[in-house]
Amino acid sequence: MARQPVLVPDSEGAGRFLPWVIAVMTFLATLMTAGALATDTAIRGWSSALTGTLTVEIAADPDADMDARVAATVTLLRTTAGVRDARPLERAEIARLLEPWLGRNGLIDDLPVPRLIDVELDDAAELDIGRLAGRLAERVPGARIDDHTAWLDRLVHLARGLQFLAAGIVLLIGLAMICVIVFATRAAFAAHHDVIEVLHLIGARDAYIARHFQNHALAMGLRGGLAGLALAALTLLPLGYAAADLGLPVLPELSSPPLPAALLLLIPAAAALIALVTARTTVLRALSRMP
Amino acid sequence: MVRFENVGMRYGRGPEVLRDISFTLDAGTFSFLTGPSGAGKSSLLKLLYLAQRPSRGLVTLLGHDVSTMTRAGLPALRRQIGIVFQDFRLLGHLSVLDNVALPLRIAGDGGPRVRDNAVELLEWVGLGEKLQARPTTLSGGEQQRVAIARAVISKPNLLLADEPTGNVDDHVGYRLVRLFEELYKTGTTVVVATHNKSLVNRFQHPRLVIENGELTDVSGVSRVS
Repeated sequence: MARQPVLVPDSEGAGRFLPWVIAVMTFLATLMTAGALATDTAIRGWSSALTGTLTVEIAADPDADMDARVAATVTLLRTTAGVRDARPLERAEIARLLEPWLGRNGLIDDLPVPRLIDVELDDAAELDIGRLAGRLAERVPGARIDDHTAWLDRLVHLARGLQFLAAGIVLLIGLAMICVIVFATRAAFAAHHDVIEVLHLIGARDAYIARHFQNHALAMGLRGGLAGLALAALTLLPLGYAAADLGLPVLPELSSPPLPAALLLLIPAAAALIALVTARTTVLRALSRMP
Repeated sequence: MVRFENVGMRYGRGPEVLRDISFTLDAGTFSFLTGPSGAGKSSLLKLLYLAQRPSRGLVTLLGHDVSTMTRAGLPALRRQIGIVFQDFRLLGHLSVLDNVALPLRIAGDGGPRVRDNAVELLEWVGLGEKLQARPTTLSGGEQQRVAIARAVISKPNLLLADEPTGNVDDHVGYRLVRLFEELYKTGTTVVVATHNKSLVNRFQHPRLVIENGELTDVSGVSRVS
């Protein structure tokens, strides 16, 4: 008598499988969220790698003194406000960049390969790239600026699209979870209608009866949510370590900032909360039809 | 205490199962509700224990107009009404003790007094040795006594019993009615529904006779003019 008795007995029917369904849905939602967060990490990585740099390309001209053109370009760049440094790439470095396509057979020596200059910009400075391009074109024939912006914009656009898709899938998973919980709660309500009617007739308030269902749903939601998170961790961690060797982000950053990892931990809590609110709402609606 | 004025009741959109029911029951009275099977006794009891609302007319229970009362106000009123269901409706997954303590727990009382009261009542009905038994392991008569203990534990102002003598012989039925008499002597208004005319005739209590959904006799019970 010290403990409060369970007034509505555990369901033997549809509710028995509810933790498993919630586990699967939490697993899928965690994978989707981790993917979206990892994409965010990747976007930030690309942006920080490419922001503050640009490349000047000087088209090959067999009749021109290319070294002189490179030197003129570097001089111009280094005297331009907002440019921290300009460094011409050696032919060996360019050869290494082209190695995947041309191989190591010395073919590059026979090809009219453009000369490249890496430019580092001052973050604070506001460089007018259009004006710099005009000055370069005047002084160095064949010089062209590639500031990576267009390419980065397209890549970020695609990545953001994938993030929205992941968010949409997580939303659908949440809606499906609500439907399943509504079904299971209705089934439990029907299975225990006699018990509920007795409680109702001897003076139990709707909230009192609903509390027994919502607590049961909360427990199942937490159990399922934690199982789903554990399953997701078992999937993501090995994948993350394997991908890290390739320099690909699969896991969101776990150290700094810690928010993304905390978001993943919140998913089981969200699943439990959805279970609680859905069960409560479903039972209260059903009870409201009783006199 | 209880006042019905031209009350009619129907289930859903079906025909009226009760028509023009009018009577009053004073506080601390004992009444039989009698009539043949299917006459409307259970429907009238459902109005009394607030399982149904009247389709028309006025029902006043314990000073409250049930016809116009909001749904939110009904649980508090139900707690003042004790019910012994015909089929007992004990919760099979709870012990006898927890079944009897249920109305007090629902009312928000979780203290040690709940156990003491439940034990005392179970001893009163002769089941002090079966506190932890499950209702399904008890005989029909024992289940009925548990149902009575549950109905009276919260000291209701109105006690309703639906065919409590239906499944017992006349001797046990007589003892049951005597049990209910003890309660009305303490100030509780008691209404016992039964179709057992011979049992009713053994007592001198007022009776409401219902036939085909209408009150045909209200011997000893005040009629509402």
